[in-house]
Amino acid sequence: MKQHDIVIIGGGPAGLAAAVAAWDAGVRDVLILERDDSLGGILNQCIHNGFGLHTFKEELTGPEYADRFVRQVEERGIPYKLRTIVADVSPERDVLYVNSEEGAVSVRAGAVILAMGCRERPRGALGLPGFRPAGVYTAGTAQRLMNIEGCRVGKEVVILGSGDIGLIMARRMTLEGATVKLVAELMPYSGGLKRNIVQCLDDYGIPLRLSHTVTRIHGKERVEAVTIAAVDEARRPIPGTEETYTCDTLLLSCGLLPENELSKKAGVRLSRVTGGPEVDDSLETSVAGVFACGNVLHVHDLVDFVSEEAARAGRQAAAYVGGTSARQGRTVTIRAENGVRYTVPQRLNMTDEPEPVTLRFRVGDVYRDRSLVVRAGERELRRVKKRILTPGEMGELTLPAAVLAGLEAGAEIRVGLED
Amino acid sequence: MEKYELTCIQCPIGCPLSVTVDGQTVAVTGNTCPRGAIYGEKEVTAPTRTVTSTVPVTGGVIARVSVKTASDVAKGKVLEVMRAIRCAVVTAPVYSGDVIVTDAAGTGVDVIATKTVLRRG
Repeated sequence: MKQHDIVIIGGGPAGLAAAVAAWDAGVRDVLILERDDSLGGILNQCIHNGFGLHTFKEELTGPEYADRFVRQVEERGIPYKLRTIVADVSPERDVLYVNSEEGAVSVRAGAVILAMGCRERPRGALGLPGFRPAGVYTAGTAQRLMNIEGCRVGKEVVILGSGDIGLIMARRMTLEGATVKLVAELMPYSGGLKRNIVQCLDDYGIPLRLSHTVTRIHGKERVEAVTIAAVDEARRPIPGTEETYTCDTLLLSCGLLPENELSKKAGVRLSRVTGGPEVDDSLETSVAGVFACGNVLHVHDLVDFVSEEAARAGRQAAAYVGGTSARQGRTVTIRAENGVRYTVPQRLNMTDEPEPVTLRFRVGDVYRDRSLVVRAGERELRRVKKRILTPGEMGELTLPAAVLAGLEAGAEIRVGLED
Repeated sequence: MEKYELTCIQCPIGCPLSVTVDGQTVAVTGNTCPRGAIYGEKEVTAPTRTVTSTVPVTGGVIARVSVKTASDVAKGKVLEVMRAIRCAVVTAPVYSGDVIVTDAAGTGVDVIATKTVLRRG
């Protein structure tokens, strides 16, 4: 069986940044496997700007951001295979891929980096009543149809869910001459970034109806109208609040789900909260030598943080295959509580010379003027005041080396909100 | 005197801003940092946006090439710039950075490709 030092599954922003970092850490046998016709992943269809403010200190469009990393991959001569789908990954890190030139090929990897990204929550998972007419799309599908395939998706549009892709598509379709009647959001707050609410909805006078959902899709062959209703605190529709909007298109922007079918085959333990692998601070999963980064690990709002996280996974995978990993088998687990839904990583490796660790987290509701507190038992390790925390914006918190040095192996630390 | 209600987008806090314009004087309230004041004043006096869209490509490996205005244009010109973009058609190959529309809608700003689309076959 052919062997590679590092095999990276997915050639989107996470896979590209991981490949470059692994190469720069000295690994010369890296292979990227990508199922689409080109590298760059979802960025290829995200034609709007706003990418790269953290990484490059300028506002790039999605394709331009992707191109920066594709160039870095090509400058280094890192090999990649396009139109190549990975069918299986074993716990021993045997990777089975398939493409039309080589057929089915198994390779053994010194380390695997999972970078498969995420998928949109489909209509079937939402329980929307009505027939199944043409004209119901997830927002990302509509985005691909418009921006890559060049199709006109619809003329009169209702959007369910205020995720960022839905907001971006509200503006995109308006600029292409469609009428976007409203965005309905089940929750009492938006799941999207503030910037997108202002520049994609407010700029064009598109109403955002919070605590509303679609209760009926009308039309049998083609969408003719949708009925929306207000929901109560238990998110049940309130009778008598229904309003019907004529439209030919319903876009769904109701959340993203990490795509972990391959991770499961490799025996990787998944978090019930993120839907992605549980990882330590080197982004290694529960399976030795299998690392994860980007949206397959947890869904990000900003690609800049994907690149940063993926670079760490790349460096750590390089250390693993080079035998220079600092891990000594002593770990500390991290528990999220009191309004913090999860943290990534979920556990830390204790070493003799700890380095600062950045925790990323999400909260479950909108919180104002709270403190984010890290505790070991009753001992307070770190406290940071936060003006606002919202579910739509991922937070981050750094644990300094001095804090980590004082932890006992086997301990648990807790991250939660306090007044 | 005119009054505008805005949401600041300089950071995730999203302060609700009230901006009043009285002749030459612009007053911003509701901001909790200096960046909010600058944003509020610019949004009311001279708001600008980058416009992004796509243009059909003949003979390319994909059907559309993504484009953007090379710099921000006045917010009030966005729809006119879009009309100019909608008239454009290009032939592959197109390279990222190529000018697709010169001086879009009299803004003095070019529309440029943000993606490379090579010839099919």
